Amino acid sequence: MNLRARLTGEPLALAGLVLFLILLPSLATAFFVNFVMTQTLILGLAAATIVFLSRYGGMTSLAQLLMFGIAGFMFGNAALDGGARGLNLGWHPWAAVGFAIVVTTLAAVVLGAIASRTTGIYFLMLTLVYGVIGYFVFAQIVEISGPGGITSIQRPDLLGPPVRLYYAGLLLSVLAYVGFRALRRTAFGLALQGVRDDPVRMASLGFNVPLHRTLAFVLAGFVAGLAGLLNVWWNGQIDPASISIGPTLILLIIAVIGGISSLEGAWLGAFVYVLVFTYLRDLPLVDRIGITEARFNTVIGVIVLAIMVLSPEGLTGIARRLPVRTIRKELGGTRA
Amino acid sequence: MTPASNGLDQVRREDERTTSTEVRSRSAASVRSRLTELRRPSVWVAAVVAVAVAAWVLVLADGTPAGAAADDPGKFLVTVLDAVTFAGLLFVAASGFTLIFGLMRTVNMAHGSLFLLAAYVAIRVQEAMVGRSRNIDPADVGLLDWLVPMLAGAGVAAVLGLAIQQVFLQWNEGQEMRQTLLTLAITVVLADQMLREFGGLAQRMVWPGAVTHFFTIGGERYAATRLFMLGIAVLVGVLLWLWLNRTSVGMVIRAGVDDRQMVRGLGINIKRVFALTFLVGSFLAGVGGVLGASFAGAAPGTDGSWLLNSLVVVIIGGLGSLKGAAAGSLLYGTVVAFSPAYLPSQYSYYAIIMTFGLLALVLAVRPYGLFGRPA
Repeated sequence: MNLRARLTGEPLALAGLVLFLILLPSLATAFFVNFVMTQTLILGLAAATIVFLSRYGGMTSLAQLLMFGIAGFMFGNAALDGGARGLNLGWHPWAAVGFAIVVTTLAAVVLGAIASRTTGIYFLMLTLVYGVIGYFVFAQIVEISGPGGITSIQRPDLLGPPVRLYYAGLLLSVLAYVGFRALRRTAFGLALQGVRDDPVRMASLGFNVPLHRTLAFVLAGFVAGLAGLLNVWWNGQIDPASISIGPTLILLIIAVIGGISSLEGAWLGAFVYVLVFTYLRDLPLVDRIGITEARFNTVIGVIVLAIMVLSPEGLTGIARRLPVRTIRKELGGTRA
Repeated sequence: MTPASNGLDQVRREDERTTSTEVRSRSAASVRSRLTELRRPSVWVAAVVAVAVAAWVLVLADGTPAGAAADDPGKFLVTVLDAVTFAGLLFVAASGFTLIFGLMRTVNMAHGSLFLLAAYVAIRVQEAMVGRSRNIDPADVGLLDWLVPMLAGAGVAAVLGLAIQQVFLQWNEGQEMRQTLLTLAITVVLADQMLREFGGLAQRMVWPGAVTHFFTIGGERYAATRLFMLGIAVLVGVLLWLWLNRTSVGMVIRAGVDDRQMVRGLGINIKRVFALTFLVGSFLAGVGGVLGASFAGAAPGTDGSWLLNSLVVVIIGGLGSLKGAAAGSLLYGTVVAFSPAYLPSQYSYYAIIMTFGLLALVLAVRPYGLFGRPA
């Protein structure tokens, strides 16, 4: 009975979706898989860390893109040698991966510890400040960012063909989704949700509230760092402008479009964002009404504005509300 | 937590009216509690850092662009003036932000956009008034050619701010995160539309000719425009203080900061007070924008960096407190002015890390800022 209940509904639909995504490279065009879907998975993975912090920790973070960028810059610095910009350490690619992850996680420890006594709006503002200061650090200290960014970054041989990068993104996304969901029921996850709901009570029960928040931030930073590595392999380059305030807000907007309180919404939001970004110019008549590629941010902003006015839970929130309403209508119909 | 602490305050206030012996024992207790506060390691760290920085600037800072203050008092004086005048600009920009938050608990992320919009509008108006669009000579700019554009720019910012509040923020009062995200989306749209309308090039507002000259202080030349800017900031601060502390509207606003429900219960139309506060807060953002455009120019990205500046000031000073905005502006202005001058020459572009250090230090000692309190 229990097993049967578990096998129906949501998990089954998600398993089907994953299966579909695994088969996708043989169904869709290379452009759709390697450009649209890979980008969706990378951005979705990064946005999922925002959702994780927000939903389970009550902390809406704008520093996740900074973590994403730190990992990318550190990989670029460590893996390249000679001729290119940056530190040119010339390490083995996998050593560079380890280095990037360690630095990102350490940065998350420091930033998380400082921010751990604040929540809600204060946390949002503080992490926005982190993001912008981080941007200035990379923009001004050119030793670690190379004047104008680090270019011609190669991915490890294992991920050579673009489709393998797609599968890597899919694997990490599934792992992150399952991992975050599983964390909910662990002792740490339960304590974290307790900290979100009532920090004073948790503190008086003997839980170390700042420590729980810091650990959650470190985990989110680690995962965002993985997404940052995928991004730098996908792009082949990274520059400070890619982690400035605009993209920082865009990552939050992706989480908001999908619904800041649902994990799967992160990937949904990323998909919508990438679709709009990629195909807006192909729509007929957009030029006529003054919306060109250059006005892309206006379109995204208006979409977010509309979503926030309609439902603060984003697209998944809207989707969840629809069936309930139709069911209610049916019930009303039978009663009448 | 707030009702409980309010209750405690009440008890304390009543205590103060009781016998002198109790007062004495209470003051002894408060001295003791202050001493225990001193024993916290973070307070010590902050004190040690402050002493070390002072020693560095005064005596040790050889090989920096400015040199040790004991050797070169003129440079030191100029840096202090830089710090105070920049703090004035920071205060004007951040006071509107903190005013709006204090009353409505709304974090207005569009503050930077209003700042930049006012700057662009003022530049356009000034060009129209002087009759030239480029290479305006300060000598041709009368005091009115600066003041009228300033009022026009700040007025546009105020009206737009009011419109944002009425259309997007009024009906979802209390949903902080939703309001913040709404203003974020507005920021993205406004930034894009301003880029379309005003282009991507940096533009500059011209100071009035009457204040555009240099004077000598401690052997260094110094621009009088910066003191003019400080004067306007002080004027804004004094007017704001008088408004909040000496008028009946100000009294309502201060009461609203403490307890919105009670003000509403007393039959005051708080919606109108909210609207007025948003208008004034946006107007202040606009004044800051025009000052900023005269001081350092306006370009795409200025909105983001001034949102950052306002955020840093209010995070250091404490959200919702005018005193905090003043203290935060002074501290942040000091760090911004001193770090490029007193870091060793080859490290001077690490100055941004100093801002982060200040933030970390203040938050380690007081998580809600110097004058802030938990919301």
